[in-house]
Amino acid sequence: MDFSSYALDGFYDELFEAPGIPHPGARLLIEKLGSLSESELQKRHQAAELALLNMGITFNVYGSGAGVEKIFPFDIIPRIISHADWTYIEKGLKQRIQALNLFLADIYADQKILKDGVIPRHVIDTAKEFLRPCIGLSPPKGVWCHIFGIDLVRDQDGQFYILEDNLRCPSGVSYVLENREVLKRVFPQVFAASHVRHVDDYSAHLLNTLRSLAPSHVASPTVAVLTPGIYNSAYFEHAFLAQQMGIELVEGRDLAVADGFVSMRTTRGFQRVDVLYRRVDADFLDPTVFRADSTLGVPGLMEVYQNGHVAIANAPGTGVADDKVVYAYVPRIIKYYLGEDILLPNVPTYLCWEDTQRRHVLENLDALVVKAANESGGYGMLIGTHATQTEREDFAKRIVQNPRNYIAQPTIALSRSPILVDDHFEGRHVDLRPYVLYNGEDIYVLPGGLTRVALKKGSLVVNSSQGGGSKDTWVLYDDSDPFFPVLNQSQIQL
Amino acid sequence: MLSRAAESIYWMSRYLERAENVARFIEVNCHLMLDLPIAVKGQWEPLVLTTGDQDLFYENYETDNQANVIDFLTFNAENPNSILSCLRNARESARSIREIISTEMWEQINKFYRTVQNTDKSQAQNAPHAYFTDIIMASHLFTGIQRNTMSHNEAWQFARLGRALERADKTSRILDVNDYYVLWPEVEDVGTPFKNVQWSALLKSVSALEMYRKHFGPIDPHNVVNFLILNREFPRAIRYCLFGANQSLHIISGTPEGSFKNTPEQLMGRLLAELDYASIDDIIASGLYAYLDDFQTHLNKIDTAIFETFFQICPPGE
Repeated sequence: MDFSSYALDGFYDELFEAPGIPHPGARLLIEKLGSLSESELQKRHQAAELALLNMGITFNVYGSGAGVEKIFPFDIIPRIISHADWTYIEKGLKQRIQALNLFLADIYADQKILKDGVIPRHVIDTAKEFLRPCIGLSPPKGVWCHIFGIDLVRDQDGQFYILEDNLRCPSGVSYVLENREVLKRVFPQVFAASHVRHVDDYSAHLLNTLRSLAPSHVASPTVAVLTPGIYNSAYFEHAFLAQQMGIELVEGRDLAVADGFVSMRTTRGFQRVDVLYRRVDADFLDPTVFRADSTLGVPGLMEVYQNGHVAIANAPGTGVADDKVVYAYVPRIIKYYLGEDILLPNVPTYLCWEDTQRRHVLENLDALVVKAANESGGYGMLIGTHATQTEREDFAKRIVQNPRNYIAQPTIALSRSPILVDDHFEGRHVDLRPYVLYNGEDIYVLPGGLTRVALKKGSLVVNSSQGGGSKDTWVLYDDSDPFFPVLNQSQIQL
Repeated sequence: MLSRAAESIYWMSRYLERAENVARFIEVNCHLMLDLPIAVKGQWEPLVLTTGDQDLFYENYETDNQANVIDFLTFNAENPNSILSCLRNARESARSIREIISTEMWEQINKFYRTVQNTDKSQAQNAPHAYFTDIIMASHLFTGIQRNTMSHNEAWQFARLGRALERADKTSRILDVNDYYVLWPEVEDVGTPFKNVQWSALLKSVSALEMYRKHFGPIDPHNVVNFLILNREFPRAIRYCLFGANQSLHIISGTPEGSFKNTPEQLMGRLLAELDYASIDDIIASGLYAYLDDFQTHLNKIDTAIFETFFQICPPGE
């Protein structure tokens, strides 16, 4: 199957620099795809899907009855990122996680940034995820966010932008690791020849990060993943990560607080837990402090945490940085704490709580994307260019009623990458979610990330709940690196 | 290990063993019906009676013919003991301990469930032998994978414990069917070719016919009962199952066999000692069915004790 009929339609393409001309790093892949027949490619595609199904890599669909599972749709054509692009992204992400951590430490303590007027106080006071019980907390080593997921997009010119921050419980990394497993089976030779950086030591890095949070007197800390349970849409990932790290997967009901420590119920009695990687929203962690109706948490957990007898990653309270209004201030946050200009830019953002900006938004709804400050998964969002008049009017009303809760951004012509559609290839819009780990000293950026793809033609929404799928993401080594193992290209059988 | 995880793997095992047994009962009954005289054909109700789900059955079906019973025992989602329900429960349990079992185990249980869930139901009706044999083999494959890909650690011992207890229970129930089977032979009733077919079928339903023949030779009801209750080498004999269950309990607690530290060990040790010194003539003389009922009561007590000792512990001070 060749790419002769593949059209770029004026979008930036992740594999092609011009019609028929692949980016240098994608050349081998495109040649290989060109040499495969349609049936061979379909066969590999089906084998990949079956592998995912048999691995049980499914997510639960909310509100559609019990036991409804879908596999996260998967496209076998990888997305490729050059070494130069990745170096740039990495720098930008490191800068961002450092600044956001300083920001979190500040607003839950002295709030200097508010006193200095860099962020208006009311923005934080009205932020839904600003958790007052967290004021005065001092997480181990002063780090609030240890695991950071960032949504990146690329526009028509190929420039990367940060679209959203995920400092609560970023999910999706298990798909990165499993997609890679599958792709290695599907295209082993091209994979070997393309010099792709490996991703499979993510769990080792994650475990090290988590262990480093344990109280210093604990020689061999017990670390556990805290999950809401098997009906959570990301349960597969919770179990997967616990398995990869070789640690316990616990639910709230497995834990109890006694004598000032958190313990888990085992067949030999209670055993102390030192570090929790929580995949439960902060609101549900402790019914005595947060939501009283939560059955997913552990009564008394926060008190143990305050006393430094258990570490929690990410710290409760980090969600305030996911607020899309706070996001708009990140360039100023970076400047304020680091004295640097932002490396990896935000998408220009209009704040609806400001009168002049709101007026501009309301007048240009047909050209803008409007987002609710605290929603994710593609919900609570209006894409003005694709919306109907009624939908736009509905959003205008919501904005006027609650301006603090909305932001707007210009519609970005997201970059595209080819996917397999029946007997040919077509371009579809993609984003990228890299993952960053931070233990207070070192920052690890997983070389790759989750490439989400809007499988529907023309769609700009890549979320799995809205018909999105995923691709493997290949970050390439620097071929000029003298330490890179040199492969003789002519010996590689494609 | 976590109590919840121990409970999940215990039940995962029990459900899988249950599904396999149901498949074997159906398969053997299909064969038996082919060999019986026309006048006494159509004995399908006893299969429903063995699991005690007759009320549920008659709420859903009018007659106890082959098609209905197979449907009820294989696919019916309301029947908690149908093969599909057992596999669904086993898979849900496995899902909650994904990080404890091996990936190979998870993939097999997942494939197993999906295969039965997506079956064209007519296959089970039209070619029952092939269909149910596949189910039995899928279960064997799982136990083999479990034995060879998972460390024989505490979790594994809980899996073995669950499977052994479920298996002992099922073997006792298949011996107990006389209460239900109008045509099932009395223990004293032997010699006619017709009866021999039935005793052979009983052995086949626990995959024991060949091993029985090697051990005892000709079919004799006393020997069949002896083999299925007291044999120390056949993996579906009650004595063998309890021996394994007892071993697992002691490995879990670290207590030497022959002593006890908790209630399950105490109850199990007592039951096992009773079997160790039992004589088959005494069992039959005192009434086989009363004996089996009593045995099942003991098993239930052990199950409850396991729950209280390992799965449902309370924090200090509660």
